[in-house]
Amino acid sequence: MTARETRTLILVVVAFALLACLPLLRHGYLLSLGVDIAMYTVLATSWALFSGPTHYISLATAAFYGIGAYVVAAGIGTLPYPALVALAGLAGAVAAALVGLATLRLSGVYFVIFTLGLAELVRQIVTWVQNNFTGSRGMYVLTSITERMIYWELLALAAAVFFIGWRVARSRLGFALRIIGNDETVAAHLGINSAACKLALFVISGAFAGMVGAIMAPRLSYIEPSIAFTSELSFQVVIMALLGGVHRLWGPLVGVIPFTILWEVIAARFPTQTVLLLGIAFLLIVYLIPNGVVGRIESALRAAQRRVSHA
Amino acid sequence: MDILITGLLLGATYSLIAIGLSLQYGVARIMNLANGEMLVAGAFGAFWVFTAQTLSPFTAALFVVPGAFALNWLIYRVLLRPLVRRAKSRGMLEVETILATFGMSFAFVGIMLLVFGGSYFTYSYLAEPYRILGSPYGLNRVVASAVAVVICGLLYWGVHGTRTGMAIRAVAVDPAAASLVAIDVPRVSALSFALGGAVTAAGGIVLSTFLTMDASIGVVFTMKALIIVIMGGVGDVRGAIIASLILGLAETVVASLIDPGLTLAAAYLLFLLVLLFRPEGLFGRRQS
Repeated sequence: MTARETRTLILVVVAFALLACLPLLRHGYLLSLGVDIAMYTVLATSWALFSGPTHYISLATAAFYGIGAYVVAAGIGTLPYPALVALAGLAGAVAAALVGLATLRLSGVYFVIFTLGLAELVRQIVTWVQNNFTGSRGMYVLTSITERMIYWELLALAAAVFFIGWRVARSRLGFALRIIGNDETVAAHLGINSAACKLALFVISGAFAGMVGAIMAPRLSYIEPSIAFTSELSFQVVIMALLGGVHRLWGPLVGVIPFTILWEVIAARFPTQTVLLLGIAFLLIVYLIPNGVVGRIESALRAAQRRVSHA
Repeated sequence: MDILITGLLLGATYSLIAIGLSLQYGVARIMNLANGEMLVAGAFGAFWVFTAQTLSPFTAALFVVPGAFALNWLIYRVLLRPLVRRAKSRGMLEVETILATFGMSFAFVGIMLLVFGGSYFTYSYLAEPYRILGSPYGLNRVVASAVAVVICGLLYWGVHGTRTGMAIRAVAVDPAAASLVAIDVPRVSALSFALGGAVTAAGGIVLSTFLTMDASIGVVFTMKALIIVIMGGVGDVRGAIIASLILGLAETVVASLIDPGLTLAAAYLLFLLVLLFRPEGLFGRRQS
């Protein structure tokens, strides 16, 4: 480990330790905002792990999240909670593997279209199964888990995402993904199995979304198809990640914090206008900040450096 | 037999939205995910004409179709052309247009929610039985699919029987080669994109005569149109028509035999089969 990496590591550990103290402030609103930010951080960062290098836009987050929440709702009476979270991660991974096997061999468009309706598809199937076989639609998740515990669990999960992201970026897999993202034909000629690489990353992001759903289930407390599967979530995650920038591991975080706060404000004041906000955010990203805020800042810094060295 | 005819009637109306999207994606190379919103806008036009003006909903076509044509032409010129120009590869363009049209789709939904509110809108037009082979069907559905067949026929003639249509097909096959034979590719692309939007809006008018809609339902139709276009093969009018009929049939079969709540699952099953076995579409040629 180089000196620079050690310094970064210490900074990250200190930052996480400070963030873990947030519940000690005993500020209800701040804590609930903290939970939201931590949740979107995990979702957006794990989304960017897959979509950043490959440029495949996944809209499946809401489906995996909902599956995770349902695993908890279905098993809360029979299995211990930590086992359920692990099981939810597994369920998310399996779902992602199935979707990936069907679509990742093909071009990106097929993948986007398939994931676009995935949350709605799973919702229809779950509703149908519940209507016809189990009788009741909603399920209660009543636990003694408090909001601060949810916050700590999400924080731990965020640490895990960052660790995995850092490991992947330094591995052969990460290198292969960067080549695939630059030119898939070149990657194929180098003997990289691009479908398998993409699948591996997609499965990781699916597992994380499933676990997030499981962790959030006690906060929802009442689970029914229209609550667990909100396709809006998938779009929020995409916007946050792209807004921050997907070429750096910490890029999505830069988008998550302002967008979560903005979303809260808009949803509270103009609840019907969140759709318009999503639309404007997408257009802004494409036309004004295609590389995210982080990309903007980096190119500005580079320009400033060049000016200094020329002077 | 009932299921077969109901399915074919539904499929005929789907073919309009699929052809609209096919023109936009197959020729102008824009995967337009705001397609469904254009359809809902057209349906709103028909609703307004029928309830506020007490005219036949089809008269809405007089202003909806030219309006949608102009709006889509503007969208292509102002918003999408810069993306086409700056894209380094087909893949880059696809990612960017997908994000941009998602933005437009949400923005349209937001605007429509502001203007019309979030309630369902429906009206009763020609809701009387019409007998085919002894069984009754809604006259509105029969008229709607007849109108759809006429529009499809006109488009087929337009694309296969005129000079401009030939230019459109040439761009669909290869934009670079098309520009070598003095076809103004940007102009033809803009024309196809606008035409696609106009056809979709017309499809909205037709569908509104027998379906209940609301401001945020567009994405459902976008999804169906996408599945049809991929199943039929990108840029293939004949394939799109046949795929529409298959989708209409599959949805009707599932809705009447299993559960009306599972129509999307039926569409997905078809989509999955196509992806696994014929990703190039029913009539598409396998690329090397």
